[in-house]
Parts: sequence; C-alpha cells; structure tokens
Amino acid sequence: MNKSALRFVAANGLLDRRAFLKSGYGLSLAAAIGLTPAGRVLAQGEPPMPTWMTSLGGADTEYGSPSAHERQVLRQRQPSSPETAGFSIWHSPLQHQRGIITPSGLHYAVHHNGIPAIDPERHQLLLHGLVERPLQFDLERLMRYPMVSRIQFLECAGNTAANAISPTARNADCQELFGEVSGSEWTGVPLSYLLREAGVKAEARWVICEGADGGSHSRSLPLAKLLDDAIIAFYQNGERLRPSQGYPLRLFVPGWEGNVSVKWLHRLEVSDSPAFSKDESGLYTRILSDGDILAFGFPMEVKSVITHPSGLQQLPELKGFYEVSGLAWSGLGRIAKVEVSADNGRTWASAQLHAPVLDKALTRFSIPWQWTGAATTLLSRATDELGNTQPSRSEWRSRYAAHSFNHYNAIQAWRVSSSGEVENVYA
Amino acid sequence: MRSLWLLLALTTSAAAQPVIDFGQPLAAQTIQRYAISVYPDGRNLPPGQGSVIAGGELYASQCAACHSANGKQGPAARLVGSDGFFSLDDPLRILRISEYPLLLLSVGGQWPYATSIFDYIRRAMPHHAPKSLSDDQVYAVTAYILHLNDLLDETAVLDKDSLPKVEMPGRKRLRWAQGAPESAAP
Repeated sequence: MNKSALRFVAANGLLDRRAFLKSGYGLSLAAAIGLTPAGRVLAQGEPPMPTWMTSLGGADTEYGSPSAHERQVLRQRQPSSPETAGFSIWHSPLQHQRGIITPSGLHYAVHHNGIPAIDPERHQLLLHGLVERPLQFDLERLMRYPMVSRIQFLECAGNTAANAISPTARNADCQELFGEVSGSEWTGVPLSYLLREAGVKAEARWVICEGADGGSHSRSLPLAKLLDDAIIAFYQNGERLRPSQGYPLRLFVPGWEGNVSVKWLHRLEVSDSPAFSKDESGLYTRILSDGDILAFGFPMEVKSVITHPSGLQQLPELKGFYEVSGLAWSGLGRIAKVEVSADNGRTWASAQLHAPVLDKALTRFSIPWQWTGAATTLLSRATDELGNTQPSRSEWRSRYAAHSFNHYNAIQAWRVSSSGEVENVYA
Repeated sequence: MRSLWLLLALTTSAAAQPVIDFGQPLAAQTIQRYAISVYPDGRNLPPGQGSVIAGGELYASQCAACHSANGKQGPAARLVGSDGFFSLDDPLRILRISEYPLLLLSVGGQWPYATSIFDYIRRAMPHHAPKSLSDDQVYAVTAYILHLNDLLDETAVLDKDSLPKVEMPGRKRLRWAQGAPESAAP
C-alpha cells in the first residue's frame, strides 16, 4: 500500500511506463492503485461448478476458427463504398486486437474491381518492357526462388479520411476511422531476383505493375524501390494468401500506400516513365493547399492511434487504473518514440514500446494510466527513427485543399467523458 | 543467401545468364495481347477511331447509370468539371458528396493526361463488364467525356494521333513528389 511507489510522469494520471516491468513492483503498485487482488470466491452461495469442467470437451476441426464468443470481431464494410460496384473497402477491428499481427481474415482490404477467382495452375506472371529477356513465370517455378519473410504494415492511402475532410469530428469507432491499416508477416521472393534475371536496361526508371483482376488495377512504381525491398508475396502469416489479399501472389512494397502492393499480380512492364494510370492520376493523388496535385507520393507517413480505449467504447469503471495501448507505424523506418498525453496535449509522457520494434511495421505501445474520473482527452504522437513526427490536425489541414483526404496522419484525440464514454474529437 | 545474391549480381553485370533462371521466354504475341498500358505521349495507343457523337450513344447505355447523364452526380467518380466540395452549377453536390465521397474527385478537372482516360476505359470499364468495348468504342467514349468537359467540340473524332494532343486542365496542376524519377516524363 505504498502510495509513494506511484510515479506520475504527466498530468491526469499517466504513470511511468516502466512501472509494471520492475520485478516485485507490480504488486505494490496494483495494491496502491486499487486493483482487485487475486482472491477466492466466497463458498457461501457459490454457483455450481461450470459444466465444461465436469464433461468431456468437444472435437477440434481441420481449420481452426475464433471462439463463438468472439463472433462480433469482424471486418466492417465502409458504409460509403458503393454497394453496386466491385469497389469496396473493409476495415479491420483494431480495437479488438493486441500485439502487432493482424489475423489474415481480419486484415483490411480495398478492392477496386472485386476479387478475381484465379486458377493458380493457369496464372502467369509476365515481365517485359525495357529488359534484355522478356520472361514469364508460373507459380511452380516462382515458388522455387529463395524466399524472405518480413513483418510489415500495410495502410490504405485513404485511412482516416473521415478525419481529414469532415468539418466536424465523426462520432465513430477506431475500426471505422483507422481500420485501413494492418500488420502481417509477408513471405515471398525479392522482386530484384526476377528483374535481374530479365536484365533491366540502362534507361529503365519505372515499372508498371498490373493485377489480374477484371479491371487490371495498375500502378507505375519507381524501379529503384522495387529493386530495393519489394517482394512477390505468396504467404501471409504463414499460410498462402487469402483471395482477398491477392491469391495466388501479390506485390508487397514495404511502407508505401496499400494500393501499390498490387494484388493478383500478373504483369510487370519495365519503362522509362510512368503510365499515369487512373489511380496515379486521380484517386491516390493529394490536392495541395495551392490547388496543385501531388502525384507519386508513395510512403505512408508516421502515424499512431490509441486502440484501448478508443471511439464509442464505454469505460467500465468511472475512475481508476487503465492501460492505454495503441499502434504506431511509419513507412519510412522504425518507430523511435510514442508520447501520450492525458490532458489534451499540455503534458506528454513517453509510452513503452513493446518488442519487436521493426522497420515499417506496426509497433505496439502502452502506458499505465490512473484515471481521476474527470473528463479528459487522450492523445498519442509517434516519432520515427528519421525524426519525422505527427502534425496536429490544423497543421496537416494547412498543407492540403479542403477536399484532399489521402495520407492523413495527424495526432488523434479521443475524448473520455466523466461518464466513461470515449469519442472521436478534433484536438 | 549472400553468396547467392553476389552470384546474381555478378552474373547479370556480366550480361550472362543468372544462376537462377526459372523464368521462361515470353513470346511477343503474349506481350501484345496483355500489354495494355498507354503512356501520356500516346505510346501503345491502338489503331482505330471514335467520334463524340458515337461516344454519346455509348455513354448513355454503358456509363450514365453509375456516372449520371452529365458525368457529375455519381454515385461513381465524377467525370466532368472541377474537383472539390462546391460548384456553382451543382448546388446539390455537397449532399451527394456526403453519400459518395469519391465525387470529390474529377477526371476532367484533375487528370493530367487524356491518354489515361482511354487506358482506364479499355482496361476496366464498364465496371460490370471490363474489356467488353472495342478500341473504336473506347476512343468514342473517351471523346464524349472530353466533350462533356468542353475539351473537344461535338464534331470531333479521336485517334492515336489526336488523343495525346488534348490538353487537360489538370496538367498544369501536376506536381511530382520528391524522389519520383521525373527526368523521363513527357
């Protein structure tokens, strides 16, 4: 019950991030801040032992699935995506996940032309253009190349667009506002192997990358990036790609806006210039404050969001201990620091970064919080290893035209009311 | 792994066959069949032609259901006029945008090159039946969309020589992001 053991590091109850890591310290801290100690239930009036403890358990299945009690943890279709079209957007339930890996079935998805039903036996990857030897590859041959695995995030250029363009903060949950980002282990063949085998000509600068979907989704990408760290991915989190993620193979371009990691990859055309496909001409550009249109701004900038607690949640007790936890990521490198404020940005404290902290990957952060019960606003602000940090919403807005919605990475604010409701607000 | 990489690098720099050579020769006719990317300077545009008048008929039957008769009202992306929230000639636009945010964008207002319109229609439109239009029909629909944007008069006919010459208003708004290799662009 040693109250002096509590070390506050910022206003409104933010505690030292190391508080729970020190051996023997957690117990006294737990007692000091009123956590229920592990105890026994009273014998008197005790309900009967649960039936699952007195009966033989059920059979397992060939392919596991989540508990029936977790059926509410589902992807959510963005309400504004036109229902008649193959263009659809599915958001990942970040507020129901911990760690840095998104289960494959919950990974966010954006489809421009629906999901093609590809026969892997007939699928070919074509590589041509400014190369010495135009080549084609079937799946069997492609999968004999040496493979690499990397844990990395993927984020849609339009993630959190509602906060970019809505004049008033939309009262929505973390899934709707931030659910177009996910993290996975991706495994496949470095694209550089195939490009070098084909023999890229000296004047080559770009590669037009195209899918086998009905609309032949197409993006022009700088050759240098593809030679550096892009892979042809066949596996996500240890199993073959789901159709929603590009089965039987997709391009994966680390750190860059999601739509350039072309799913169902079918054709690579090496070129001296970009093709100005539909998506690099319109949908995935940004309109700057002076009206100019920024094209080919690929990397997703440093960003973070507190997932616990987050929008539309109800805190179960109106004061006391909560762990504030969230995700941070940068398309330019590793996360170096995440700061959290519990007083709308007046004071900040460094959150704990949980290992592994990886290049261009989701990074989990947390900080213990002793809530006083008064209404307050929680913020998180990430900084990457290059020193890039998140702007305020007004700073971000000042760079772009009012209707520009891509690459929104401003500091997120969640208002916690004295009745424990959590709401999206503009700080 | 490192030695393999070194081998790959060495062999390719010597212009010899790399150590792993699982790729198989790609026939010119296969390339011709699938290489549909069109460039801003008109490279890879096919023969054929289409008129604004023919395009108007195709637009009504193939496009208007999603893009609206005047190309402004959606629900699919705006084809005509300026981008953004407000427009004097469409007072209901802000209501439409709240339902269909992609209407903030405009093909006619933003796209820097007219060749991109041909490229996208040929590969992806109409959405329910991509690649169902002939090259002549794609030229025609492209011409009609440009006409709706006051960039072609109603008697115009487009082909692979005239399409790249159409000057789009978005061209002068185009800015390349830092790091994108711009040197070879038109």
